[in-house]
Amino acid sequence: MNIIDQMRAANLRTDLPDFEIGDTVNVGVRIVEGNKTRTQNFIGTVIARQNAGNEASFTVRKMSGGVAVERVFPVQSPNVESISIKKKGRIRRAKLYYLRGRTGRSARIREARR
Amino acid sequence: MIGLIGKKLGMTRTFQEDGRSVPVTVIQAGPCVVTQVKNLSRDGYSAVQLGFGTKKPKNTPMPMQGHFRKAGSDPLRTVHEFRLDTGHAYKLGQTLGVSELTEVVRVDVTGITKGKGFQGGIKRHGHHRGPAAHGSKNVRDPGSIGMHTFPGRVLPGKAMSGQMGNKQQTKKNLTVVAIDQERNLLLVKGSVPGATNGIVFIRPSR
Repeated sequence: MNIIDQMRAANLRTDLPDFEIGDTVNVGVRIVEGNKTRTQNFIGTVIARQNAGNEASFTVRKMSGGVAVERVFPVQSPNVESISIKKKGRIRRAKLYYLRGRTGRSARIREARR
Repeated sequence: MIGLIGKKLGMTRTFQEDGRSVPVTVIQAGPCVVTQVKNLSRDGYSAVQLGFGTKKPKNTPMPMQGHFRKAGSDPLRTVHEFRLDTGHAYKLGQTLGVSELTEVVRVDVTGITKGKGFQGGIKRHGHHRGPAAHGSKNVRDPGSIGMHTFPGRVLPGKAMSGQMGNKQQTKKNLTVVAIDQERNLLLVKGSVPGATNGIVFIRPSR
């Protein structure tokens, strides 16, 4: 393994659950306002993951008052304080970008059978 | 501190405590061997020549093999000279590593940029494109390159098409993010000229 790959793979955080694409997750985002720090929850569906060690990221999509909001979080960022899985999804795609063109019933994801 | 020769290993990212992501270039800066010390009386100027990398002896010319033998070193891939005021303590054969940069905050990094080949004015100099429709025939053409009977010539330095890249370039005032003395790694913020595995020269910024 070359040094760059070693550096990407070193000191990765292990405190996050194994969430997958299609899951509904609650992401605890650290927000700094002046000198106060608080945690904001961002609840939505994981529609994409980019796996690249230190540079890995995931995209969460949610509907907020009729407007779709997508946020890309770097997995290793200290601003991502926690992730909890609220629902496992049953999906057949690696990237759920098709959800962007849909609303209402057709934008739902079936829950995975356990 | 004079400078170091290094190899660009690639880019990755680091995170600061406040969550900000810092893009970094990883440079293997060392070990460098002092292959020659030039002084005023013999050479007319003061400088230190460093060598870096490995090279097979069979690919090294005999005069260079002798040069490296004098420094007690195996043949090295790259040799580069750093000008330095007299009164330094560097000695022939001494090995330098990234620990030389421990107190340096900002560095200048010189490398050979990636070659882009023969390119037109739009890519090479950021010229604007001509109109694409309505019978236009000068979509990516350079347009007018000068005036009239006066001056009757094209001004020197006129931006035209030609070879782009594969040319020495220096990026100045790059912040040193971290130093790994064990593996001789230097992490600087942002990009540096050249391809991965390219040779770069590192100097402390003025």
